Amino acid sequence: MSSYKIIDHEYDVVVLGAGGSGLRAAVGLSEAGLRTACVSKVFPTRSHTSAAQGGISAALGNMGEDDWRWHMYDTVKGADWLGDQDSIEYLCKEAPAAVLELEKYGVPFSRTEDGKIYQRPFGGMTKNYGNETVQRTCAAADRTGHAILHTLYGQALKHNTQFFIEYFALDLIMKDGACKGLIAWNLNDGTIHRFRSHITIIATGGYGKVYYSATSAHTCTGDGNAMVLRAGLPLQDMEFVQFHPTGIYGHGTLISEGVRGEGGYLVNSKGERFMERYAPKAKDLASRDVVSRSIAVEINEGRGIGKEQDHVHLHIDHLDPKVIEERLPGISEASKLFANVDVTKEPIPVVPTVHYNMGGIPTNYKAEVLTVNGSEKTVPGLMAIGEAACVSVHGANRLGSNSLIDLVVFGRAAAKRAAELVKPGMKHDEIDKSETDRCLDRFDKLRNSQGSNPTSELRLSMQKTMQSKCAVFRSEKTLKEGVDEIRKPFEGMESLSVKDKSLIFNTDLVETLEFDNLIRQAITTMDSAYHRKESRGAHAREDFPKRDDENYMQHTLSWCNGSKTKINYRPVHRSTLTNDVQYFPPQERVY
Amino acid sequence: MVQFNLPSNSKIKKGQYYKDKTGSKNIRKVNVYRWDPSKNENPRIDTYEVDMNNCSSKVLDILNKIKNEIDPSIAYRRSCAHGVCGSCAMNMNGKNGLACTKSHSELDGDIDIYPLPHLKVLKDLIGDLSTLYKQYESVEPWLKTTKINDKENIQTKEDRAKLDGLYECIMCACCSTSCPSYWWNGEKYLGPAVLLQAYRWIIDSRDEDRKERLKKVADELKLYRCHTILNCTNACPKGLNPAKAIAEIKKMLATA
Repeated sequence: MSSYKIIDHEYDVVVLGAGGSGLRAAVGLSEAGLRTACVSKVFPTRSHTSAAQGGISAALGNMGEDDWRWHMYDTVKGADWLGDQDSIEYLCKEAPAAVLELEKYGVPFSRTEDGKIYQRPFGGMTKNYGNETVQRTCAAADRTGHAILHTLYGQALKHNTQFFIEYFALDLIMKDGACKGLIAWNLNDGTIHRFRSHITIIATGGYGKVYYSATSAHTCTGDGNAMVLRAGLPLQDMEFVQFHPTGIYGHGTLISEGVRGEGGYLVNSKGERFMERYAPKAKDLASRDVVSRSIAVEINEGRGIGKEQDHVHLHIDHLDPKVIEERLPGISEASKLFANVDVTKEPIPVVPTVHYNMGGIPTNYKAEVLTVNGSEKTVPGLMAIGEAACVSVHGANRLGSNSLIDLVVFGRAAAKRAAELVKPGMKHDEIDKSETDRCLDRFDKLRNSQGSNPTSELRLSMQKTMQSKCAVFRSEKTLKEGVDEIRKPFEGMESLSVKDKSLIFNTDLVETLEFDNLIRQAITTMDSAYHRKESRGAHAREDFPKRDDENYMQHTLSWCNGSKTKINYRPVHRSTLTNDVQYFPPQERVY
Repeated sequence: MVQFNLPSNSKIKKGQYYKDKTGSKNIRKVNVYRWDPSKNENPRIDTYEVDMNNCSSKVLDILNKIKNEIDPSIAYRRSCAHGVCGSCAMNMNGKNGLACTKSHSELDGDIDIYPLPHLKVLKDLIGDLSTLYKQYESVEPWLKTTKINDKENIQTKEDRAKLDGLYECIMCACCSTSCPSYWWNGEKYLGPAVLLQAYRWIIDSRDEDRKERLKKVADELKLYRCHTILNCTNACPKGLNPAKAIAEIKKMLATA
């Protein structure tokens, strides 16, 4: 192995990732006086939080009566009872304060007539435990994620967070089952950096790029999830992949649910508003899994639109152009750019598109990472937040606008918990050299790959397999094929080709490392899906169309070593955090 | 007379020519600026023949096609692919823009792709934006308010509307790197991107530091190097108007 220049750092806490949750955590940690490093492979405002459009949910009650308990009920139901209700209580109760805090930070929220934060209707968000639509989703036009991300970056600057930007994280440093920091590669100069920290917070987002068509950015490769797998720890509920009902047909660009929140609706080739049939009450504002499945059924039964009859139409051309201009300017721009559609005159062609990973690194509501050894236990020194984490507040299906609130509530919770656990200036453990060697061995091996399979080909093969075998509807047959097929691109890595051998901005190698991360998550997703023989939320099995609460009120845990997985389960938490609210027992889920 | 010559290692040489291997009848030549800091070589222009029959509509799709199918070593930043993250800003046929929103059908002839102008190049199409980021920090991009309570600030719709056209900035740097004044005085002149951000906080009705903020930018070099060339507004891929924001700052200072 060639020798690498290694630079050592010591911090109280290292945050990996600088999207909404990572930045919110970094702000809280810096405020608490902890020496904090924030490591990111992209400049913070390039993180994928910037792509969130519709809004951030919180029962502020600015636009009619609201209660965090209603928000909690909606989230539990949206999650199809797979969410942990202690965590969901925490999320919904803390949400209003977290949004007001963002406003104080300077987020340019849209406003009501009396100057308060504007809130819009969103899928699955209801009043009085499912009775009628509520306006709960706080919005900055249709650029809410962008506005929040830029504001949080400003706050982090205000608090002098130390950033390590365009550093690609390679592996966690583990010792006796505890996390002691991480190792990263500085793309700017090619050096290797070893960060020692008392707590490492993973905030690396989702892994949408295991699929061929996703609203996710090129950089959504779940690097932190894969680091956790390589550290011998499990990921949770990986089979639950959210298809957003409205990605632009052919391109995958997200068209916010806020469009339907503002009055937009879907039609099939017969011009029918088909959602009325599937969700008589909520119609186009049913939860995302329901709307995506309905679209898929319409297409499968021959009522799709276009030459291939493979998409449907989203109309907003009946809305006042002034409303569109004020509240949905971003989607007007995107529709023009990627579908060549003037939304004031024509419908937008849309199709369900991979959008969000409910699964990820298992944590409790304090953001501490969990594993199972006999019973549930925390992993010392390791936390996870944001889309990378599976708290689990979203369970089997996330409600729109619950992701942005998840970022800031649990970003804040992680900082709080870290401040309890770490006192500034505590001494660091010695770490054995073997951890560094193991990490750099993998890095060096991938870098010097001389085989014949380009990363791009293996990635494409993985993406196509996921797209065809682990889609909106799944069955024993497709999943069994998928379980076999998804291992082929993994095996293809034995003869990998990496052309660029340099160390500065070697994006050939970056993408190879990202692929190595993605394929492990693709395998755990496929295997987890194969083993869950029921339909719940986003996981719809044609051969097991019903939810099975007797056997599957359980989180799937999957370990992955090479292409071998181990599947186990842990029970869903069936109690709330406090007596402020009662446990919501499972019910039939209709919208 | 004094003679000024560019250093010899700044000369751009002719690079490799990658001939089409697909046999396509619909080929476009794409010339891409290449420079690898780990090799002791001059920058070069590599030319790729790209099969346009199997290529989506944007310039980024061409680059992805080259990277995936022809030459994996080519380096550029990219992420969201729909114009919100600002990663893939570059110069295409002489004009700055986002590769992910620029349609190649709008470009005539061969396509020339360069990094954003007048930045230190780190590799291929990746420019060094660290100076711009430091300048961004210098305008203290956070809300300054003494109100400490757990209620939201009230902001009228009219006051909120003043932030439209400002808060949408994605800091792609297309504007600043198209500005001749910024090329010349980039270390000291804040440039259009950062001044637009400065104005975003100056004009926010919730902010209590307007006077101080104005005082801080009222500087011969930081602000008044804007000579209203308006390249910035012409370059902005988000349709924003940094030149107007700068003019508003100047106006506020003149009438203060």
